[in-house]
Amino acid sequence: MSRPLLRCCGSSTRTRVSSRNYASQAPKARLNLPTDYGKTPLLHHTSKAALANPELSEDVRNGGTTRINLFQSINQAMAHALRTDPKVILFGEDVAFGGVFRCSMNLQTEFGDDRVFNTPLSEQGLVGFAIGAALEGLKPLAEIQFADYVYPAFDQIVNEAAKIRYRYGHNADVYNCGGLVIRMPTGGVGHGALYHSQSPESLFSHVPGFRVVQPRSPSQAKGLLLAALESPDPVIFMEPKILYRAAVEHVPNEPYTLPLSKAEVLKEGKDITMVSYGTPLYVCQNAITAAEKDFGCSVELIDLRTIFPWDRPAILDSVKKTGRCIVVHESMVNQGVGAEVAATVQEHCFLRLEAPVQRVAGLTTHTGLAYEKFHIPDVVRIYDSIKTVIEY
Amino acid sequence: MDFTKPSQLGVIPTYRVMSPEGVLEDPSRPPVGVTDEQVLEWYRNMLTGALASKVSAGEEAVTVGSAAALGRDDVITCQYRETGVFQQRGFTLKDFMSQLMSNRNDPGRGRNMPVHYSGKNKVGAHAIASTLGTQIPHATGAAYALKMEALENPTDPPKVAAAYFGEGAASEGDFHGALNVAATRGCPVLFLCRNNGYAISTPASEQYRGDGIASRGVGYGIETLRVDGTDIFAVYEATREARRKALEDGGRPILLEFMSYRVHHHSTSDDSLAYRTRSEVEAWKGQAYPIARLRKWMENNKLWDDTLEQTTRKEIRSAVLKELVEAEKEKRPALKHVFTDVYAEITEEAEQQREELRRLLRRYPDEYDWHEYDGGIEGL
Repeated sequence: MSRPLLRCCGSSTRTRVSSRNYASQAPKARLNLPTDYGKTPLLHHTSKAALANPELSEDVRNGGTTRINLFQSINQAMAHALRTDPKVILFGEDVAFGGVFRCSMNLQTEFGDDRVFNTPLSEQGLVGFAIGAALEGLKPLAEIQFADYVYPAFDQIVNEAAKIRYRYGHNADVYNCGGLVIRMPTGGVGHGALYHSQSPESLFSHVPGFRVVQPRSPSQAKGLLLAALESPDPVIFMEPKILYRAAVEHVPNEPYTLPLSKAEVLKEGKDITMVSYGTPLYVCQNAITAAEKDFGCSVELIDLRTIFPWDRPAILDSVKKTGRCIVVHESMVNQGVGAEVAATVQEHCFLRLEAPVQRVAGLTTHTGLAYEKFHIPDVVRIYDSIKTVIEY
Repeated sequence: MDFTKPSQLGVIPTYRVMSPEGVLEDPSRPPVGVTDEQVLEWYRNMLTGALASKVSAGEEAVTVGSAAALGRDDVITCQYRETGVFQQRGFTLKDFMSQLMSNRNDPGRGRNMPVHYSGKNKVGAHAIASTLGTQIPHATGAAYALKMEALENPTDPPKVAAAYFGEGAASEGDFHGALNVAATRGCPVLFLCRNNGYAISTPASEQYRGDGIASRGVGYGIETLRVDGTDIFAVYEATREARRKALEDGGRPILLEFMSYRVHHHSTSDDSLAYRTRSEVEAWKGQAYPIARLRKWMENNKLWDDTLEQTTRKEIRSAVLKELVEAEKEKRPALKHVFTDVYAEITEEAEQQREELRRLLRRYPDEYDWHEYDGGIEGL
């Protein structure tokens, strides 16, 4: 299914391009097969699995679950927030009719035009507006239509929102941008090319002040988004757009929060620490399954969840155990999250390391449409990096 | 096919109450509804602003006059050339000087450059940033929050937000975004533009080609007035009326363009004679200087004379000097504030960096002077 993403579209559009399949696989591939989201261990395929999460409170664990996808879980989280806190407002381009990815479906109908509305086409205008509203005690959910279009708002983000608490000094506890959440669809889809594939998390992590979060699944997104709205710090919430429809799982019905700046060990292992976030985690899991079978090794998979400030102790503890580290992300390898993790790991675990820290990340080039399959980290590259560190 | 030419539409007229000679321009109009006490207070505030900080020279009427017309609980965002706003709304000389000296009494904890005040608690104005224009959409957002608040508490007196900015900052995209969102969402916000003729060295003729900033309001569907910014009564009346209009129909934005002149240099690092003539500066100072004009008014109305002028100036100068000297003697904030207030809680990594800094200060005590910081090395 390759449907070109157009900036303004919400529903599918007829196009001749659908005959060109940029997301096809090589006929004899064994490793580079598309992720089967219906079977991946990273999603909860049963109610029991969803409720077993130790991070959930007892009330939530005693409740039921519903099988929903990522845009539905985000919709649910936002509906809950709008329903229970009159300070929450939601706005952005095309938010009123339901949003180009359906995250805001029915929300204007239920909550009215005062609380859920369209802004004119201006990222700098809407983020500036959000900051002013946050400083008067509202909790603005500001939606940027694609992470690729956040840049006009970059000044407001790094020069204003990120610095407001700091420049208020004495009155910082009263005047800060806590409650401000900027949401944006992020990451590659296989045919998004230059301007519908970007993942700029490291740009926001090179200036302090925001918490930068990327959920990997519907159940994670619900809890992390609700936590973001309660955080005393402003949050950038980056939603992996390819997962909006693809990731379907059981999600607890009750509202709940998950901790920010805490990584999660998805799978324990003893030979290698693999660190990632967002969509690549699924590809990591596929590579791990094949590698553990082929090489007999045991890999520990960790989801950072919050890119910055990140859970350094969790990663360092893991590497002290395994002695090997691989970081995987879609965005360009240079100056990225991998660089930050690798530098920190070698600084604190140098004598323990059995191999250099590997980064499997986007190539140092743009995400050209025809080349996406070669650019974004796939099962082969991750599988191969596991082989490298084992044989080092 | 009739193209609309900008020149067809004519220049937007300038509202004025008081002539340069300090009398009503139109003697038949009703008297200005301002008490003698208020006039004297305004004059003192303008004078204090001028003597304490030269950056707003020529624009004192714009800031003091407009601030006087805003509600006590209205929310204000500004640039850094609005000392008069802070002054009129209750900032003391000690507050000003503490920030200028980055000492431990500065609410901003010494983090910002001089004149970048932090005063929301006291005067309802957002902490100032150096980036131009970023504050304009903040006022739009604040106004929206105030509008929602008014819907929940309809018996409370309603509030507006106001954004101050210069004609240069109005070229930034944030100006456009702010006005457009305010108009489409019906936000009760006043956009107060100080057109002082210069953005550092760039004269207005190189900043825009249209009819000033006022002509832009109409383009966004916003009611607009151009005002003589050196006439404090015009500024006051216009702002008061703009505020009243902004609260109509559930809330809407209003644009005011105050015409004035930046008498002083852009900053202490600028020498403006590099880009303008002394005679230009002198012409404005002589003819239109807002403080001189109000003084003429007060003298015409027997409220002021030379003696009062001398004693008041002397009094203000010595108060300013006293606070300046005191502020200079004060310690800087504690060193731990290098790390605080980035996040609500200091992170684990920042804690480690703090330890590391402590270690370095102890190992190389002669390389750093921590004594001027509150608590010295113990304050880290």
